[in-house]
Amino acid sequence: MSASVPDSLTDPTFVASLRQQMVKFAQMHLSDSHLAEDAVQEALAGAWSGGQRFAGRSAFKTWVFAILKNKVADLLRHKQRVVDAGSLLKEGEDQTLDDFFDAKGHWLQDAQPTAWNRPESSLEQQQFWAVLEVCLDGMPAAQGRVFMMREFMGFETDEICAQVGITPSNFFVMMHRARLRLRECLDQRWFSKAA
Amino acid sequence: MAKTRVMIPCDEATRLLSEAQDRTLGTGERTVLRMHTWVCSKCRLFGEQLGFIRLAARGFAQRADDGDGADPADRAGDPPARL
Repeated sequence: MSASVPDSLTDPTFVASLRQQMVKFAQMHLSDSHLAEDAVQEALAGAWSGGQRFAGRSAFKTWVFAILKNKVADLLRHKQRVVDAGSLLKEGEDQTLDDFFDAKGHWLQDAQPTAWNRPESSLEQQQFWAVLEVCLDGMPAAQGRVFMMREFMGFETDEICAQVGITPSNFFVMMHRARLRLRECLDQRWFSKAA
Repeated sequence: MAKTRVMIPCDEATRLLSEAQDRTLGTGERTVLRMHTWVCSKCRLFGEQLGFIRLAARGFAQRADDGDGADPADRAGDPPARL
């Protein structure tokens, strides 16, 4: 029996830290701590009963996160559609671009993009990921969710609209807004400070 | 066919730049967008920065998959993400 349990799962410190990372990941996507906990529990149970052996912890993490990702995608497909359609639409409706553009559609002085110095090098810095996470957390919930479905999970536009129950034009508005906001947040919290 | 304006304002240009990441733009849309970014350095920067944001978001998701805070040694050999 114990021979079939992956080695990694017998180390409580490793499991606790992995679990924490998984919950964070699931919550980010689901915005519901109960759903997130359930998904993590199921993914870990699946990993536990799978009985495969892994070359290392890294391989095990990859595998357990792949299970979790599928669970999260299922939940997004089946459970959230009805619940969230209303709030998504409402949030989509009162999205104006007043924070970024004037009445004629020109960039506001404070909002206009300035050059970022070698942005790719940021990807190698630990601190950058923490800033990105803060910026993602700061997005309105529904906007953050469609953004993550698109950019993290790689769903296509049709798929997101069908799952979430919004129209493509609503989706485009939300993504436009999300990107403006995220760009500004990264600019203020990272790039203008690094300069 | 919808009327095509030759010059679009920045809010519309950024909308097209964003939508270009989620769908294929029409010929007319591509033309007005190209004309706009030709003269507008702000929107040109915005477009470049959207490309970076996509790259960063994918990197972020990848890190979540790997388990945030994994051994740096695990990652040292990863090739840099590409556009």
